[in-house]
Amino acid sequence: MRSSRLPSVSPEIEKLIDLLAKVPGLGRRSAQRAALALLKKRDTLLAPLAQALVEASEKVKACSACGSLDAMDPCAICASPTRDQGLICVVGEVGDVWALERAGVFRGRYHVLGGVLSALDGVRPEDLRVGKLVERAAAPEVREVIIALNATVDGQTTAHYLTERLQGVDVAVTRLAHGVPVGGELELLDEGTLLAALTSRRPF
Amino acid sequence: MSVEWTDDAIVLGARPYGETQALAEVFARGHGRAAAIVHGGASRRMKPVLQLGNVVRVTWKARTADQLGFFAPLELTDPHAARVLDDQAALAAMSCAADLVRAGTADRQPYAGLYDAFIVLLDALGTPDIWPALYTRFELGLLAELGYGLDLGECALTGANDDLAFVSPKTGRAATRSAGEPYADKLLRLPPFIANPAAPVESGDVADAFALAGWFLERRIFDRQGHGMPDSRRRLIEALGHRGRL
Repeated sequence: MRSSRLPSVSPEIEKLIDLLAKVPGLGRRSAQRAALALLKKRDTLLAPLAQALVEASEKVKACSACGSLDAMDPCAICASPTRDQGLICVVGEVGDVWALERAGVFRGRYHVLGGVLSALDGVRPEDLRVGKLVERAAAPEVREVIIALNATVDGQTTAHYLTERLQGVDVAVTRLAHGVPVGGELELLDEGTLLAALTSRRPF
Repeated sequence: MSVEWTDDAIVLGARPYGETQALAEVFARGHGRAAAIVHGGASRRMKPVLQLGNVVRVTWKARTADQLGFFAPLELTDPHAARVLDDQAALAAMSCAADLVRAGTADRQPYAGLYDAFIVLLDALGTPDIWPALYTRFELGLLAELGYGLDLGECALTGANDDLAFVSPKTGRAATRSAGEPYADKLLRLPPFIANPAAPVESGDVADAFALAGWFLERRIFDRQGHGMPDSRRRLIEALGHRGRL
């Protein structure tokens, strides 16, 4: 296979390409294009990006309450008086918070576990922010914990584990429904999703 | 010259590999535990297929036999994962069986008997009255398949083959109730349904079977590998205990 390394570029450019190529979604060739675009638009793109990276590195931290990322602690969502303090939505990663916020369908607070239990990846309960969740759920204003983890074996194993850990806490524990996605056509769905949809059917 | 095989397999796990691919590990009936790249394995279409416990029909291809290779095609034939997602105990049983297969079996060595036992277990996971006892038999079967089978045919002390009630933790050999009773505190209990498949499963028998299999799994497989029993086994026993199914 032909190498996509550029033999004649300076070490500075090569280092920039190497680092960009580590960003998810960017292969080496995409990183080369991105580096070129940055270097062409030095004032409007490269310098502001460098500044933004420095600021993000210095200021963005995990929220001590929910584990999400923000420049303030507690994060804007946890600190907001307009969010429902009685609802906690448990997600695996910060990206899940962003997905739910994009949809604009949830007005409570979040709890980011930092992953899910996985034998394959060696993730154990003590690697996740489970103790903090139990502590937060025990607050008197909390009335429901919504477990919004992936519908995968690891995600649901974690969901069951959390449900068990929350048994001693006086809150309702619910989880997201599994089934037919909006716009989904039955004939195109995989057997597992169809099975989950049938199992979770409800009165119409 | 390229090599390839096609086989029925149980998915043991998958993790992202690059942006669009997955590195999947399967337990194939005639080819044992094998890992390979699945092109498009990170896609919405393939992620549900690559869930632990699903049975697939898979073709493995590589340029040489010792290469990682890739699975193509890989088609779902039985979606066991979706069946058990809502059942904590069944999910833990499926995960634990996969963990044991991963820990105990050698790469690319066929274990057809163990595969068949795994399939029987997966098929039974929808029947809560049956599968906990079946699961413990799976663990003992795994030990036997790996060469650590217990000798439950006759009493090691008297040679009798009825009323076997204990197992020596040192030798793995059975003892009758009368011969073993004086040493009961040093022996492992042998539930009747393990010695005799036709015997009914009474309360406490499944717990005894877990203790029996766990003793030997720990010492003969996990201790030798330098790590403890999988968390999924503890979760499984706890889940069954909470439901009064031990």
